[in-house]
Amino acid sequence: MASENPDREHAVAFTLNGEAVRARVPARMHLGDLLRGTFGLTGVHLGCEHGVCGACTILVDGRAVRACLMLGVQADGAVIETVEGLTESGLIRDLQDAFHARNALQCGYCTPGMLVTAAELLADEAAASSREEIRAAISGNYCRCTGYHAIVDAIATTAEARRDARREAVE
Amino acid sequence: MKAPDFAYARPASLDAALALLAEHGEEAAPLAGGQSLVTALNMRLAAPRLLVDLNAIPGLAGVSEEGSIVRIGAMTRHRDVGTAAIVRERLPLFAAALPHIAHPAIRNRGTIGGSVALADPATEWPACCLAAGATIVVLGREGERRIAAGDFFLGLYATALRPGEIVTAIEVPVPGQDAVWGFDELARRHGDYALVGLAATGRRAGGGLADLRLAFFGVADRPVLARDAAAAVEAGDIAGAQAALAGELDPPDDPATRAATRLHLARVLLGRVAGRLRGDTVTEGGRNGV
Amino acid sequence: MSTDATGLTFLDRPNSYIGRSVPRPNARRLLEGRGVYVDDVAMARLAHVAFLRSPHAHARILSVGTQAARAMPGVIAVVTGAELAQVCTPWIGVLGHFKGLRSAPQHALAIDRATWVGEPLCAVVAHSRAEAEDALALVEVEFEPLPAVVEMETALDPGTPAIHPELGDNLAFERVLDVGEVDATFRDAEVVVEETFHFGRHTGVCLEPRAILADWAPADGMLTVHHSFQAPHMMQDILCKHLSLPEGAVRVICRDVGGSFGIKVHIYPDEMATCALALMLKRPVKFVADRLESFQSDIHARDHRVTARMAFSAEGDILAIDMDDLTGIGPYSVYPRTSAVEANQVVNLTGGPYRHRHYRARARVVLQNKAPTCQYRAVGHPIATMVAEGLVDLGAARLGLDPLSVRERNVIPDDAYPCAGVSGIRLEKLSHQAALAKLKAMMGYEHLRAEQAALRRQGIHRGIGLAAFIEITNPSAAFYGVGGARISSQDGCTLRLDPQGGVVAAVSVTEQGQGTEGIIAQIVATATGVPMDKVRVVSGDTQTTPYGGGTWASRGAGIGGEAAWQAGKALRGNVVSVAGAILQADPGSLDVRDGAVVDAATGAERMTLAELGRIVYFRPDTLPPGVQPEFVATRHYVPKDYPFAFTNGVQASYVEVDMQTGFVRLLKHWCVEDCGTVLNPLLVDEQIRGGIVQGIGGALFEHCLYDADGQLQNGSMADYLVPMACEMPDIAVAHVVSATASSEIGAKGAGEAGTAGAPAAVVNAINDALRPFGARVARQPVTPEVVLEALGLI
Repeated sequence: MASENPDREHAVAFTLNGEAVRARVPARMHLGDLLRGTFGLTGVHLGCEHGVCGACTILVDGRAVRACLMLGVQADGAVIETVEGLTESGLIRDLQDAFHARNALQCGYCTPGMLVTAAELLADEAAASSREEIRAAISGNYCRCTGYHAIVDAIATTAEARRDARREAVE
Repeated sequence: MKAPDFAYARPASLDAALALLAEHGEEAAPLAGGQSLVTALNMRLAAPRLLVDLNAIPGLAGVSEEGSIVRIGAMTRHRDVGTAAIVRERLPLFAAALPHIAHPAIRNRGTIGGSVALADPATEWPACCLAAGATIVVLGREGERRIAAGDFFLGLYATALRPGEIVTAIEVPVPGQDAVWGFDELARRHGDYALVGLAATGRRAGGGLADLRLAFFGVADRPVLARDAAAAVEAGDIAGAQAALAGELDPPDDPATRAATRLHLARVLLGRVAGRLRGDTVTEGGRNGV
Repeated sequence: MSTDATGLTFLDRPNSYIGRSVPRPNARRLLEGRGVYVDDVAMARLAHVAFLRSPHAHARILSVGTQAARAMPGVIAVVTGAELAQVCTPWIGVLGHFKGLRSAPQHALAIDRATWVGEPLCAVVAHSRAEAEDALALVEVEFEPLPAVVEMETALDPGTPAIHPELGDNLAFERVLDVGEVDATFRDAEVVVEETFHFGRHTGVCLEPRAILADWAPADGMLTVHHSFQAPHMMQDILCKHLSLPEGAVRVICRDVGGSFGIKVHIYPDEMATCALALMLKRPVKFVADRLESFQSDIHARDHRVTARMAFSAEGDILAIDMDDLTGIGPYSVYPRTSAVEANQVVNLTGGPYRHRHYRARARVVLQNKAPTCQYRAVGHPIATMVAEGLVDLGAARLGLDPLSVRERNVIPDDAYPCAGVSGIRLEKLSHQAALAKLKAMMGYEHLRAEQAALRRQGIHRGIGLAAFIEITNPSAAFYGVGGARISSQDGCTLRLDPQGGVVAAVSVTEQGQGTEGIIAQIVATATGVPMDKVRVVSGDTQTTPYGGGTWASRGAGIGGEAAWQAGKALRGNVVSVAGAILQADPGSLDVRDGAVVDAATGAERMTLAELGRIVYFRPDTLPPGVQPEFVATRHYVPKDYPFAFTNGVQASYVEVDMQTGFVRLLKHWCVEDCGTVLNPLLVDEQIRGGIVQGIGGALFEHCLYDADGQLQNGSMADYLVPMACEMPDIAVAHVVSATASSEIGAKGAGEAGTAGAPAAVVNAINDALRPFGARVARQPVTPEVVLEALGLI
């Protein structure tokens, strides 16, 4: 592959929200800027660009990562999902509904990262999702507006509903 | 802030990576999980001319048991280290450290090799390696070197790695049947760098403890083995062990926390971990809190 | 709350949405990542600006060399302070009603002198932010470092140089209030307690950094500014003034705003410079603060030292308070609200819940070479509350009285209103007694005390802390307007009924996540009788909304909401008048409910609004002669009978202190507050909870740490600690309702109550846990180190 040789710009090809995409990316551009600038995925929010606030959290190969701490060129070959893709696929509709009903967001800036982080937690069926575990799971996602209580409620409600649904499916 | 301009390469083999690092010398930096390096780039605190991405090199990630050794590939993500069945079974110290390392999204991407090579004195893996008597396996164009953890961490972000070398694996001896371990840390918030942390290993001998290794982190320019304190604990003298820490640790004075505070907290942590190692009942774990 | 002829309030209107926990209509978009924040606005020919900021706390700027930077790839322009001053005039942050308040002219980019680390002094505009930053590194500035005034305690010493020599010294403002017989009361008091409180300077850390995109279109003579901001009309007015443009030439648009908390209601030099650059370059220019420069350039707040004492009778009556407040505000008073308001609020509010009649306060506001401070959520409130509530607990302990009962004894009784507080503030209707009673029951106070005692015997040290407080909301022109600031205290709402029976509501109050638009939709739906899902709200655009102040000081619901209510009533009146003419019915016998004109007495549908709209808009020829429908209605509102609508509340915190490590664990938090009519409990409760956690941030974590040279030591999100989910408690919220009679909807503000009381509740709880050890803390943030020092362990 071309990226084996040093260059200040590389071609990348990857799967973005279910679509095959290509781009040429400056080496120094972080993945958050690539997704926002080149692909218009402005649901990827930049709150610090040093990996602390969690607003840019996305799924890379199914795992939550900070888009600001990966380089755009590292997207090559990956499967990437952002809040936009998770919305269109309907995978987090229940979580979004719970956030809406509980008003677990105010300004909405942390929300995409919070949803992606919660989505990863909820995808782990073994996770017990106690309030403490939920708080630990979102401990790297900063929210200045809500005080977190409503967010914990919304994730707990969704976890409970999914558990019930799984139980019913078994029975 | 945006990163300064640099070139990037993602070699597909160790040989190619080492060749690039050798060719570009000081101007090149290896890129592992990037959770510290990309942060530094985004703050323009680092300005390498070339990043050599290790993520496409096969065989660098994974955990395996080889005889009396657990081998952890350098590119194994934090989460995969701590959740690996072999680690949970054989190296519970490492599994216990995992929840203290930053946050899920960082643990999903950061690697143990990157953490060890960076040698941030407030992080968990270097101290675990030191406590567990691990060997850091490094590779350069001159070949492989195997460096005891005690000889690897040389100072603030300083290691025994030579220019052009990278960490390829961490090898940890499997503890024996009579082994004991302890891990605890105090951080202002869950996942923050530790104000002080302690990774401990040893074994039960008679009614007490022997071969105790107390690896403190966050209280010096590198993870530190508190040998005198360990000897005092082995002798059953916890107070003596706590007193000994004054001579063994060199906590930094930083804008948020005085050195005296860290030393005090190290003593408290030692008391708690040592109590647990000895099987005392009235010990409460240092709780992550405010 | 007003009633109609039948004695019913608007809460009783059929299909009322008031008081219901309706989810915010605009939240779904944010949940899908479809918000549009400033950095998301796409624009052709967009240029990006980055600023060179002073690395010195105080230095003369001898020269700025821009040649090398101009030659860098992608660079469009490099502009110095002197060049920018050709386009943008300087400002001075003073207000007429703050007698003696002084500051110096401040330029968008520093010209001769830099006065804090982070002050912008040169702009680089490039095709990308990265290229602008590359070129910044090549701007060559020659500085002559000057002595920095860092410590506020020594800022007024004769030997300390004046930051602005023309002012003579570093005193920006001083206020002294002396009411009653303070000295005699203290002399004769049974018990006097005293404490010196230190408040750590902190900052807002909005998750969306400050951002502005200015586009100058010369052909239209129009400057369009997309701004992450709370007060678009204020910004429009100020841009006109300092860029020498007529009012019609500036349009300010505030779409989604990622948190504000008062941070985004001030004039920032870098934002003014960005607009000036758009004029100079005749193209769109965008500035998005990165997080590192946010810490250096966003306003800071709460840098106070207060020494105070409180006098008690033997029975536990609070007799008098005497306090001295010193605050450092940075090198300039911030424009246009000024940096003196916070200290002024501390004077107005300290001890506000109580009925003592003797009060002396002095506040001194000093200049220093640190980032400027200004109004941040709950301006002055957490300081005032901490001082009084800390002293109340000290007094209760000294007298051997229960702290809750001391508060019950001393609060202004609920039947004493209207009355004036000792500082002169006019209080319409508060409910301290009811709030205390509700809190006591809600938290199980007696049980908690018993649990605390039992655990203490087991070596587990928990503490219970209380904090009663008052909050300033719904400000009238008394806040800024009388001082000469062109900050509107009135707000408006324009409603338009469309042919299908939907309503568009344009409001001058703005949304930053509080739920302003949701509240407005609820009120408009209730007032007009149109279903809420057919109400669309437009806000944050100087060109399409009525003129108004925007959202700050907890005014969105109380002021903007009343304007919407009145506009809704007017539109409904217009609708039934036209419908009456068509239906040949007395308009007074008709009402609008659920999207249809109905017979008011029976509820029977007479015609749908869609049918009415069809006739009015498409077949006006069929209307009876002389009928001219007006399906647009506008109303404005400003509170007139009181300068502010004070609210009240009380909070409690339950904590556990690890006496070996000094770590504090927050177990639970409670708040009872009274914001008058609760328009939407879901939104109000979350305002309270968020405010509480912001207050806890100041109490336990947040601190802008400067060294002796004025360098900010912890200006990143890794080093400046904000509250995160793991350490925060669950928070129970309840309400007492004392509606204001100033408006028909009776709503007061709720945005600051949480932040006002939380620090005092938490710190008092810590001190309650520490009391058996003879230790106490009075320095925020209360870090483990502060606790260990109090315990004498380090």
